[in-house]
Amino acid sequence: MSERVPVRRTAKLFIAGTFPRSESGRSYEVTSHDGRPLAHAAQASRKDLREAVVAARAAQSGWAAMTAYNRGQILYRVAELMEGRRGQFEAELADAGAADPVRGVSAAIDRWVWYAGWADKIAQVAGSSNPVAGPYFNFTIPEPTGVVGIVAPPDQSLLGLVSRLAPAIVSGNTAVVIASEPAPLPAVSLGEVLATSDVPAGVVNILTGRTAELVPWLAGHMDVNAIDVTGVPEDLLTEAETLAAENVKRVHRGPKTDPFDAAAQGPAEITALMEFKTVWHPMGA
Amino acid sequence: MSDAIERTSAPWDYAPAPESRELVKLQDRYGLFIGGAFVEPKSGRSYTTIDPSSEEPLAEVAEAGAQDVARAVEAAREAADGWQALPGAERAKYLFRIARQLQERAREFAVLESMNGGKPIKESRDIDLPLAAAHFFYYAGWADKLAYAFPGRSPRPLGVAGQIIPWNFPLLMASWKLAPALAAGNTAVLKPAETTPLTALLLAQVIQEAELPPGVVNILTGAGSTGAALVDAPVDKIAFTGSTEVGKAIRRATAGTGKRLTLELGGKAANIVFEDAPLDQAVEGVVNGIFFNQGHVCCAGSRLLVQEPVFEVLLDKLKQRLQTLRLGDPLDKNTDIGAINSRAQLEKIEALVATGQQEGAELYQPDCALPERGFWFRPSLFTGVTQSHRIAREEIFGPVLSILTFRTPEEAVTKANDTPYGLSAGIWTEKGSRILWMAQRMRAGVVWANTFNRFDPTSPFGGYQESGFGREGGLHGLAPYLALDGPPA
Repeated sequence: MSERVPVRRTAKLFIAGTFPRSESGRSYEVTSHDGRPLAHAAQASRKDLREAVVAARAAQSGWAAMTAYNRGQILYRVAELMEGRRGQFEAELADAGAADPVRGVSAAIDRWVWYAGWADKIAQVAGSSNPVAGPYFNFTIPEPTGVVGIVAPPDQSLLGLVSRLAPAIVSGNTAVVIASEPAPLPAVSLGEVLATSDVPAGVVNILTGRTAELVPWLAGHMDVNAIDVTGVPEDLLTEAETLAAENVKRVHRGPKTDPFDAAAQGPAEITALMEFKTVWHPMGA
Repeated sequence: MSDAIERTSAPWDYAPAPESRELVKLQDRYGLFIGGAFVEPKSGRSYTTIDPSSEEPLAEVAEAGAQDVARAVEAAREAADGWQALPGAERAKYLFRIARQLQERAREFAVLESMNGGKPIKESRDIDLPLAAAHFFYYAGWADKLAYAFPGRSPRPLGVAGQIIPWNFPLLMASWKLAPALAAGNTAVLKPAETTPLTALLLAQVIQEAELPPGVVNILTGAGSTGAALVDAPVDKIAFTGSTEVGKAIRRATAGTGKRLTLELGGKAANIVFEDAPLDQAVEGVVNGIFFNQGHVCCAGSRLLVQEPVFEVLLDKLKQRLQTLRLGDPLDKNTDIGAINSRAQLEKIEALVATGQQEGAELYQPDCALPERGFWFRPSLFTGVTQSHRIAREEIFGPVLSILTFRTPEEAVTKANDTPYGLSAGIWTEKGSRILWMAQRMRAGVVWANTFNRFDPTSPFGGYQESGFGREGGLHGLAPYLALDGPPA
């Protein structure tokens, strides 16, 4: 009997809940840390990025309008499905050269669970009732800022990405992610998990490709409300922040700590991508 | 319609009721406030600041150059360690002192504010001054309670804050900037607006009298180039209130520097009146929303969205109300509309209003005489405005209201949010569920329901989108002045 030939996966983009190749027809070779060829990942173009932003914008109001309880359950569902596919993630992290792939996958799953729990708590922790000097009921609530661009850290291809993505979307933002350039495959697999986790199409869009090429387009896009620059290389940061000025994007940089560290997660990572709205209402009989 | 307006306009003239200017003792010239003392500018430059209601000169003030900025930042840096090291309770006492002195000298400050900025004395007296004092009082109380504001996150001051403020609420904006910065343990270099330096300089005297350690607060008068030099100086944080255009330039200038930044920028707020609104109350709110401080308000309700069934009646009421607004001497206690802050601003308003007419909108202005000298603009309404008109999209920053209509709440939401700005919004309806439904959908940092232009030190203020980021006021207004650790898991 001849040995069965395994079916290989094509590593595609994840846009609007679908898995297109780059419209540019480009791809780039992904290798393991020790140089083995692993796949050809799609090399996203500016047009792909724009499509991703359109999808994220279209999904944003519906995602934000879901109840916080519901969003929390969906994030938890992502953790459930990752747990079910952890073998695949571990193999990909091993290929990427992770010191401890098992620990890496566990931490990424636990991070989803941790942020899932914040969905219906962040407003209580970050909001306030304000005792103004007058007959007004006055309160402040956090709201999602809108469409968030995320440049995932190039190292820590899974935990680093989840640590940026989960706090961004738990509040009702939608995201356009630029995955780790050297190790995009865990991000591609995460897209496949998200597609089957009740996360509505367009809430998360994942682009693989050349970071240096994509960052300026993301930072300068007029329909992106905020950008998480945690994964932006130092030599691109000034340009990214300069381009972000054009529509007064919020620019957020996550903690520099080891993503396994407890300090790598916190409600401040959620509120950094939220707006505070204060409502005044008169009181009177 | 015009008959009705004539019948209801006031049949009498108000006798002049000017507030005395005697209380204000101005120096002929002012230096820069650096390191606790007034010093001559190294730039060697100065300029004349005027009363915009008469164009009369009030004083010569220094124009700080790059060297002066460097000196002030150095003074702030030198003072930083000592100020941070003070127990919060002691820092608080200095801020309480400032609050008390502002209350004690409120009349003097209010008169000076109206003289230098052109705003009606009843506003500077009843709004600017009480709120400025309240801001210092509120944040004073936080100075020794920061750990409660951010539990588990070991709040620490950032260092030196560079703060650039606008000319529309000169003293109030200085207090919005200085009070939280100082309470959090930072030292500050404050640059007041070019046209309104005088209350900031009087505040410098108050700070001297309060015996704040030298260098904790430095005040540099000057123009845009002074502000630009401050942005480029080695400060840890920039806080800016002003135009979106300048805010973007500051964002670019600070890119890659790691300087913390908060921006409070322009706005084009929708004030939305539903058919079930209490119309007389709404008219007052609309008038307050756009004519408060001559419309020199970033959160002004400059776009009125009226539900179609009440458009005609509301417009009649508004026109009648406009006839009763009293325009003139800012120091007169009866004045509703004071002077436009500067010739440059007046020209901007005139240009945009001319554009509105060219684009086909219909202008209404009450018949009121304008003083011969100074900078004035009649309270104005535009009807027949569409979403694409420049007067519906651009911030005019003057007493000019653009009126649009809508049919459904959904349409009101779409129109209100159809702007790159997002600072404030107003909602007028008797239906509580609709207020909350609308408030939820407004892409704006402040939503006023059945009221407008209310401010309080406990109430966070700031914008969405191109109206800037960061909040001032309340607990949320402390965070931009603190370094915070990520909390433990």
